[in-house]
Amino acid sequence: MKYAIVVNEGPFNHQASDSAYHFVKHALAKGHEVLRVFFYYDGVHNGNKHSAPQSDDRNIVKRWSQLAETNQIDLTICVAAGLRRGIVDDVLAPGFRISGLGQLIEACIDANRTIVFGD
Amino acid sequence: MTDATEASGASVTKRFLYINRKAPYGTVYAIEVLEMILIAAMFEQDVHVAFLDDGVFQLRKGQTPAVLEMKDFSKTYRALEDYGVEKIYLEKESMEERGLTTDDLIIPAAVLERKDMISLMDSMDVVLSA
Repeated sequence: MKYAIVVNEGPFNHQASDSAYHFVKHALAKGHEVLRVFFYYDGVHNGNKHSAPQSDDRNIVKRWSQLAETNQIDLTICVAAGLRRGIVDDVLAPGFRISGLGQLIEACIDANRTIVFGD
Repeated sequence: MTDATEASGASVTKRFLYINRKAPYGTVYAIEVLEMILIAAMFEQDVHVAFLDDGVFQLRKGQTPAVLEMKDFSKTYRALEDYGVEKIYLEKESMEERGLTTDDLIIPAAVLERKDMISLMDSMDVVLSA
């Protein structure tokens, strides 16, 4: 199965990013393909390298970066949503890139299933 | 215009449904859904837009968000037709619960009962909601 994943909420504030991470990790482990993880709305904050949670908590941003590095998955942050919230190239964590909403539509077209994480 | 260039190369047409559930100015969702709708239209996809729950307020006449120092994006809904986005739906029960009739709306839209909204969702390839 080819999946397109959409993350609509920021880290820590909402469980959406955690759920998406676990879904992607386990989908890959089962041999599915994840074409792209697209971050929209406050979801763009998932790519901020300055996020520094307390040491006894999960590091959501770092976790995404490591998943991208290990599995070569594409983590794309929406440029328009990012600009509004100050998520630009200078603050981007490893493994993330910034691109347009066209990347979301393209992934939805190419995937067998689009899964949205958020309210 | 990277998106437009990519759009011309898209050969597959899927049925996209955008579901709006939130009131227009309390959160950012409404305006950012609009931005998604316009891009899908550029990719020449079969775009459908539904409004339910407090989302029905997005199409209400007489929005004056200037008093809140917010941008009035309600005119963008009127421009959807120019982008080929003409399949607009509102949920009947959501309108009734909030005292809205079709006379209150800024654009024409099909009013669907909740059970028909479910069938509409079932018939889609991609559902993006907020």
